[in-house]
Amino acid sequence: MNTLLNRLEQGDILISDGATGTYLQNHGLEAGGCPELFNSTHPETVHAMAEGYFQAGSDMVETNSFGGSRYMLQKYNLADRVEELNRLSAEHARKAASSDQFVLGSIGPTGEFLEPNGTATPDAMYEIFLEQVRGLTSGGVDGFCIETMSDIDEISLAVRAAKDHTDLPVITTMTFDKGPRGFFTMMGVTPEFAAEKLTELGADIVGSNCGLAIEAMIEIIRAMRSATDRPILTHINAGIPTLIKGDIVYPDTPALMAERIPEMVQAGANIVGGCCGTNAEHIRAFARQLKS
Amino acid sequence: MVELTDIQNTSLRQEITEYVEKVNERQHLIQLYSKARPDLQDIAAAIVAGDHETVDRLTEKALQEEIQALEVMDDGLIAGMALVGIKFRENFIFVPEVLACARAMKAGMKHIEPILSASGIKPVGKVIMGTVKGDLHDIGKNLCIMMLRGAGFEVIDLGVDTSSDDFIDAVEEYEAPIVGMSALLTTTMPNMGKTIEAFIDADLRDDVKFMVGGAPVTPAFADDMGADAYGDSAVECVDIAKRFVATADS
Repeated sequence: MNTLLNRLEQGDILISDGATGTYLQNHGLEAGGCPELFNSTHPETVHAMAEGYFQAGSDMVETNSFGGSRYMLQKYNLADRVEELNRLSAEHARKAASSDQFVLGSIGPTGEFLEPNGTATPDAMYEIFLEQVRGLTSGGVDGFCIETMSDIDEISLAVRAAKDHTDLPVITTMTFDKGPRGFFTMMGVTPEFAAEKLTELGADIVGSNCGLAIEAMIEIIRAMRSATDRPILTHINAGIPTLIKGDIVYPDTPALMAERIPEMVQAGANIVGGCCGTNAEHIRAFARQLKS
Repeated sequence: MVELTDIQNTSLRQEITEYVEKVNERQHLIQLYSKARPDLQDIAAAIVAGDHETVDRLTEKALQEEIQALEVMDDGLIAGMALVGIKFRENFIFVPEVLACARAMKAGMKHIEPILSASGIKPVGKVIMGTVKGDLHDIGKNLCIMMLRGAGFEVIDLGVDTSSDDFIDAVEEYEAPIVGMSALLTTTMPNMGKTIEAFIDADLRDDVKFMVGGAPVTPAFADDMGADAYGDSAVECVDIAKRFVATADS
């Protein structure tokens, strides 16, 4: 029995980690550089990132493998290192985790569209996800977080790849935009439909990450809660980014976000964490808020 | 004044009724479709339906019946995409549907393009298009390129992950006065500004007009970085390019 699911069954509200991309960019990753390569070239940095989040209060961290699929890595000519970079990403996080802290293997979109929207076949995409699942499993993850997804068909292939080959829990989160007629992913999926369908597909935990700021995310989580009994996870952006003098700035402070966390939990979230623009300070603030 | 019932194609009438809420847009589309030949209205309807087989067949047929290629393109293909753009903006359809409509447009353009090139009609203008450095997204860019070519522009597509140097080299090689830049990620948006700066440094800024677009881009951001125009749709992209050409000629 996996302790992550046990803790959720007991009714615990858990804290995930903050952003990976911005951390790496602040520690030497060039704009346009390959984050996953850091697992090989800057192992101490990746390890320190996980340690920092655990120390700030994270119950779980995600591996530095978001863009670790073959489709994504081949853009950097690293297609032959898929297994290695995914495995290393898990190992670095594993080393930083204590016995009651969890490591989630991050699996992001492949960047390809399934036929007929694009050229990828379901079989090919399944294999791509399986490759990542295998690398992450051999590195010692406690589960998978299939995230920032817009397409139900793509996410279902990733869920199947994980479920067919491991017993580890699978978390799936989608990214929503707000338009004139409500919340939709780029491919037209609503939060309610996502929650229902992903539960049907066998995801152990469902949710949303990225896209909008905390205000909108509370609404999204509430909508998802109305359509599933599964635990819900959310990774929230530190606001909508703006450009100030050529630099990307995420405006939402740890205090601003932490203040809304109780509302987020009330809306139905069981695991809360940060996405783009968040750092260990945000996580510290969340942890303090949840303890009080 | 023309009315909805002046449009012969029933599907177009239904689409306008169901999906076009703004009065001025309704009127514009009613004008657009009602003045087109019924055969071309059918093409527009097939574009909206994302039905590439029907668009293919009907475009070929219209050309065989010696309807002018430009008329088939404007009143059939481009007219159809106008409604697609509105439905997408209003969240009635999403990326998969837009891609199907783009495929349908491509199927029609396959018949139109050879005629336009063979006619020796000079391109309306020359445009360099690219998604900026570090960004691999191109759906929007590709849609804009299709519409620009459809409107008679010669378009050089630099693809994705385009550096400032790539843009400069292309402008010099093709002597193109218009550059269109696209970004889907906030993290790559600054590269638009960097590219414009590179043109200033290379003393080329005055030789080109920049238009920018992409989901995270805003008019304020476009202004801040010194772009000449911002567009939020493929249709607007074409309007901007036409405006650039018109002001250059004056």
